Amino acid sequence: MRNICFYFEIHQPLRLKRYRFFEIGQDHYYYDDFQNEERIRYLVDHAYLPSNRTIAELIRSSNGNFRCTFSISGIALEQFEQYAPEVIDSFRELAKTGSVEFLAEPYAHSLSSIFDAHEFEQQVKMHAAKIEDLFGKKPTAFRNAELIYSDEIGELVSKMGYKTILLDEARQVLGWKSQNYVYTHEYLPKLKLLIRNQKLSDDIAFRFSDQSWSDYPLSAEKFVSWLNAMPEEEKIINLWMGYEALGVFQRPESGIYDFMKALPYHAMEQQISFILPSEVGKKLETAGSISASHPISWSGLEKDLSCWTGNDLQQEALHKLYGVSERVRLCNDKPLQHDWLMLQSSDHFRYMSHKDAFGTNYESPYEAFMNYMNILADFLERVDAQYPTTIENEELNELLKTIDHQEKEIESLEDELKKLRTRKAKKEN
Amino acid sequence: MFGWEFPPHILGGLGTASYGLTKGMALQDDMDITFVIPKPHGDEDQSFLKIIGACNVPVVWKDNDWEYVNKRIGSQMHPDEYFWLRKGIKYDYTRIYTNELGCIDFSGRYPDNLIEEISNYEAVASVLAHQIDFDIIHSHDWLTYPAGVFAKQISGKPLVIHVHATDFDRSRGQVNPIVYGIEKRGMDAADHIMTVSDLTRKIVIEKYFQDPRKVTTVHNAVDPLEDIDLFKKTPRKEKIVTFLGRITMQKGPEYFVEAAYRVLQKTKDVRFVMAGNGDMMIAMIDLVAKRNIADRFHFTGFLKGRQVHEMLAESDVYIMPSVSEPFGISPLEAMQVGTPSIISKQSGCAEILTHAIKTDYWDIDAMADAIYAIVKNPAMYDSLSKLGLIEVNNIKWEDAGLKVRAIYNSVM
Repeated sequence: MRNICFYFEIHQPLRLKRYRFFEIGQDHYYYDDFQNEERIRYLVDHAYLPSNRTIAELIRSSNGNFRCTFSISGIALEQFEQYAPEVIDSFRELAKTGSVEFLAEPYAHSLSSIFDAHEFEQQVKMHAAKIEDLFGKKPTAFRNAELIYSDEIGELVSKMGYKTILLDEARQVLGWKSQNYVYTHEYLPKLKLLIRNQKLSDDIAFRFSDQSWSDYPLSAEKFVSWLNAMPEEEKIINLWMGYEALGVFQRPESGIYDFMKALPYHAMEQQISFILPSEVGKKLETAGSISASHPISWSGLEKDLSCWTGNDLQQEALHKLYGVSERVRLCNDKPLQHDWLMLQSSDHFRYMSHKDAFGTNYESPYEAFMNYMNILADFLERVDAQYPTTIENEELNELLKTIDHQEKEIESLEDELKKLRTRKAKKEN
Repeated sequence: MFGWEFPPHILGGLGTASYGLTKGMALQDDMDITFVIPKPHGDEDQSFLKIIGACNVPVVWKDNDWEYVNKRIGSQMHPDEYFWLRKGIKYDYTRIYTNELGCIDFSGRYPDNLIEEISNYEAVASVLAHQIDFDIIHSHDWLTYPAGVFAKQISGKPLVIHVHATDFDRSRGQVNPIVYGIEKRGMDAADHIMTVSDLTRKIVIEKYFQDPRKVTTVHNAVDPLEDIDLFKKTPRKEKIVTFLGRITMQKGPEYFVEAAYRVLQKTKDVRFVMAGNGDMMIAMIDLVAKRNIADRFHFTGFLKGRQVHEMLAESDVYIMPSVSEPFGISPLEAMQVGTPSIISKQSGCAEILTHAIKTDYWDIDAMADAIYAIVKNPAMYDSLSKLGLIEVNNIKWEDAGLKVRAIYNSVM
């Protein structure tokens, strides 16, 4: 029996406002509230809510046989909470059906898996906690921001207890292998790897309404017949896309929702079912291991990190940012820690790319860099104000420990004092 | 081709562009260029084209012997050519003041009687049109449009005019009606119009009411510097930000001063240089004093030739806040020596540059921000410098020449 694994990604960065250098040290608020709210509202009204309604209907009409997965970044969730709480409720409703799964990912949709393992771990934990808090279920499958993956990252994720990781169809890793199997990690056979079927995913996400496409118009029947024509042994078809594909990239009038509604019917007719990443381990056999010594991602043809780390501007910004991660973790200033997360979104670095600044709201990569660096300069000043850079990290750690110890000691001494006093008082009585 | 300036003796960008373009076009095997200018100095590079000085072309028949002609103009033109051109005199131009050779004395500059000089140039064009064999007429800028139009009427050959600037750029909208008239007549008569940027193309279409189908943009390019390695940046603690050009309303010098003031509020390690002169120089010195930044702001006066490249190479940032710039070649020259450029969006060259910072000319905050970012962030400087150099080296006159050729072919 063949399986379709649907997964929809939702992430929106907190966009930064125009921040000039003379505001450094004066203004500590970095976000363009108007733009962020407008964006979120637009996406919610045109994509997320209508799509959620469609999916709820699909699950109902197929008796729960239609199943799909969501990966929503912590930053996106926060923005929903602020600007469109009804979306959270709508996802909660979906969660209750039991046919929907939520994946874990780094909270800030960050590149921390590459630059700071410790930070990465914290963010994944933070995100899992948030998902559990909102939707009542702890995620067991993981997908990294931008589907970044390497053996090393796989190992990190596995240590955190995740059983399945999602990655993209990158030829430098897959070689001649088909993406329609379940694979395992290079040396951790228990860790399952799922691979996106890029062609079929993009057929829905990007080409569906393209009239110049040779397969236009795409009907659910035709789509299922393609799946049916695949070799018998290929058991899993991973259709992964941004959730905006439904409703924004493909407008409702293109018939995308009708396509989605017809899909389970035709699929079931051909004995094709829907599967969730967490079920893969139990239901499907694995077909060997794959190894990724260099990180891969889902961007461009190269499937590497060059969109985020490829040029001098990006390198400089990333190194300045992650240079203070240890220090920021020592802080317990809430606004500072929140800004720390928001500044880590991979999007900020993508906007600095000369070759593919997808989704940018800047006129040029240089402008993206200038604005980000001004904000970062202010942020770094604030970190410095908490813990001056003149003190080394180790020394600082020691000092903090001493303070911590002293506090505890004072506490215990006070306790003792109290006890003695009460004893004394009793005696006197 | 009719032009007004040709290196090495040039007064503005027109001469540089004429030189680059003709040199690029000369790379095409079947291209023969005759370039007419009012007054050559004899030291022009004629290796790839032939230069005719309008001041050596007789427009009134005068009887002279070979020896005398040789003595007078032999250094610039062969006397036989003089006698041959003399046969092209078909009209009576005795109303024009001429010398013993029957030639007109041109200043070759932009004198007060410019309009008269333009119409005299037209007379020269009539002689040449009768006598020289050519396939197409190419007129550079409004000064030469009347000559081109007349040559077209006489020869029946197609006329292409090249708009390097319009009076709307020069005057911030206060157009001189006589100049406008000359420009408009030239454009109306032309078979095709070339503009140096889309910005200029838009002006030609909207303000001169030309058919968009007959107007094509051919962006300028820049000549590679041969002695590029000789230009070095002296290591110094302070950064240098440079404005270079005529200090006139069109170039927006006051925005540069205001941006400098903003930057100096935040950091002291920067010096600002305003190179060039012009009618707003005194006002700028006053403004600098008023903003109390005179200790960090320097005026160099007019720079020429090599000094320009030296100044650009010594700078850490080059800035061109022009209010209206048909093309603007100097940012490309700055990028050639590895200096990052900030240019106004109202400059034609902004259309073809990626690795330069573009701001609105009035947006002092954005300009100051860009200056600050480049002087404070090595990554920013390095990227702009490195990638800008690669970019500018790929903007070649040869390609512009091919575009011009395609236009020629379409009208012939």
